[in-house]
Amino acid sequence: MKDGEELLKVKDLRVHFPVRGGVFRKAIGACKAVDGVGFSLKKGQTLGLVGESGCGKSTLAKAIVQLVAPTSGQVCFQGFNSNEKGGGKQFCKSVQMVFQDPAESLNSRMTVGSIIQEPLEIHHIGSIPERSLRVQQLLEQVGLPPSSATRYPFEFSGGQRQRIGIARALALQPELLVLDEPVSALDVSVQSQVLNLLMDLQRDLGLSYLLIAHDLAVVRHISDVIAVMYLGKIVELAPANQIFSHPRHAYTKALLSAIPIADPSVKREKIIIPGDIPSPINPPPGCAFGHRVSAPNYDQSISGEMKWIEKDQDHWVLDCPCCTSN
Amino acid sequence: MTDQAGTPLLQIEDLSVCFKTDEGEVEALDRVSLQVDHAQTVGVVGESGCGKSVTAYSVMRLLPRPMGRISSGNIFFEGKNLLDLSADEMQGIRGNEIGMIFQEPMNALNPVQKIGVQLSEVFELHQPMEDHQAWSRSVQMLKAVGIPSPDTRMHEYPHQLSGGMRQRVVIAMALACRPKLIIADEPTTALDVTVQAQILDLLQNLRKEFSSSILLITHDLGVIAETCDQVCVMYAGRIVERGPTIKIFASPRHAYTRDLLASIPQLHGTPKTKLRTIEGIVPGLSDLNTGCRFGPRSGRAHNQEVLSQRPEFVEISEGHWVEACPVCMS
Repeated sequence: MKDGEELLKVKDLRVHFPVRGGVFRKAIGACKAVDGVGFSLKKGQTLGLVGESGCGKSTLAKAIVQLVAPTSGQVCFQGFNSNEKGGGKQFCKSVQMVFQDPAESLNSRMTVGSIIQEPLEIHHIGSIPERSLRVQQLLEQVGLPPSSATRYPFEFSGGQRQRIGIARALALQPELLVLDEPVSALDVSVQSQVLNLLMDLQRDLGLSYLLIAHDLAVVRHISDVIAVMYLGKIVELAPANQIFSHPRHAYTKALLSAIPIADPSVKREKIIIPGDIPSPINPPPGCAFGHRVSAPNYDQSISGEMKWIEKDQDHWVLDCPCCTSN
Repeated sequence: MTDQAGTPLLQIEDLSVCFKTDEGEVEALDRVSLQVDHAQTVGVVGESGCGKSVTAYSVMRLLPRPMGRISSGNIFFEGKNLLDLSADEMQGIRGNEIGMIFQEPMNALNPVQKIGVQLSEVFELHQPMEDHQAWSRSVQMLKAVGIPSPDTRMHEYPHQLSGGMRQRVVIAMALACRPKLIIADEPTTALDVTVQAQILDLLQNLRKEFSSSILLITHDLGVIAETCDQVCVMYAGRIVERGPTIKIFASPRHAYTRDLLASIPQLHGTPKTKLRTIEGIVPGLSDLNTGCRFGPRSGRAHNQEVLSQRPEFVEISEGHWVEACPVCMS
């Protein structure tokens, strides 16, 4: 597979969790965590996914790596539907995940070496000496000393632990890494070390990334394409530069203006969004963001249908009468 | 700006704080000096473990006992030395004169008490007041921090509110007695950017309305740039650079400040380029050297003399102070 070919395609993916109540715990409603999401990711590229907490970013990531079962929709990897029989094992090898909090995603009773080689054991790859050789190789790749293999996670700092998490994800030579907030638990100076590592690995190994983060500056720095998610739906999807220079959706604009800029000489008008993200259990009808900001044309969005339209080349917006602009 | 007598609102002078640990006594703060004037927002920034929160807790005299102790220095609040006050006198200052906003609103609130009970308790403790008066003042306070339908919220528990709403409640508690100084310890770290923007906006408005001063502790340089008049950069228990925000961001003189600023991805920078990194991590408190502490980590050659002799803290232009390590200072 060459760079630029389609690696991952997500089609109309929905993850609804039942809300149970009453004496018999019957399903009385659904929490629509992910509600009709579609995008595609090309080989060697990074797709950044941003949005507030509770908008369904992490659920989407888990649905893609099959940690939660989607209610409907498809995840196609290299042209094969990952839900179909037979695709499973190969899919597991090619798609790996790096979790948010490295302190919680590493087993504190296992040595770093056994954490990193566990995926190899599960997939029956290599003999015992080959595996430990691979562990050494991986540790070097993520910039940790070879002696780390016999130590335990608590002996490492946050940034180093995240490197261990990355080494484990790389063990099976995946093609796609799903990074769920990989740097949000780290200090800025350490955050830049991990981001540099991720960029180096992408260049050397030709990896593709699906990066979930809430820090837009981080996302912009390493992504090719950015998707903005709000209440289970992607509201805008465009190349990174495009989305920052010409945001079309009102939510993207507000999100961009909320990022604090580390330059006191820059003065700009902030758009303060009132309230919180609504509950996905009983979402408001029509455009959910228009409802939150009481947009003047919100009423029209209830009756009208919201469609994905391509405003410019590769610049997709969830079109609604109250929130999109030209 | 100072008041008529010229005394600043808060003045910390050469404050050192020690903690007892298994490895002996370690120094968490090493002669920290800073000043907050009336109606000013002062930011303290640095990586985790550099002593930001210890500074805040020292001012409130809330250091964990018996492990933590202030070993030297003075903390003057409106000319009074807080370290000379008795526990009862200090209790009168906390909440009344100095309010504190804690980092994690879920941990700062009592999960089994209603919001209303917790909030009116603040009034009852600090001001002679009847129950119903305290209750109605609490409702006003919730309204002031922008909580919709405050009457119903008073009867709810913390878990029924969102993160942003909980932080508003904590702010309401800190501001209940209209303190002259608000110490905010990472008030927005646990929140989303959009909610962070709401909370920072709220803090600035309340500061103007109540004409209070804010000592803001954060690790986010963006937050500092947007809200603070003055900034103190801390590293390993010391302030390495201090001055007006505009000056520090435009011409940072200490290597640590420069590296810290360069390691944030810029919104107008070139994507996919290497970011500046600071190798390693903040040193542990038990293995600190006496000289320039950033030296071993800075990637710039420091000789033995610089590492063993504490650099002086000098004023290089009006109000702009730097720890004058000959290698780290440009």
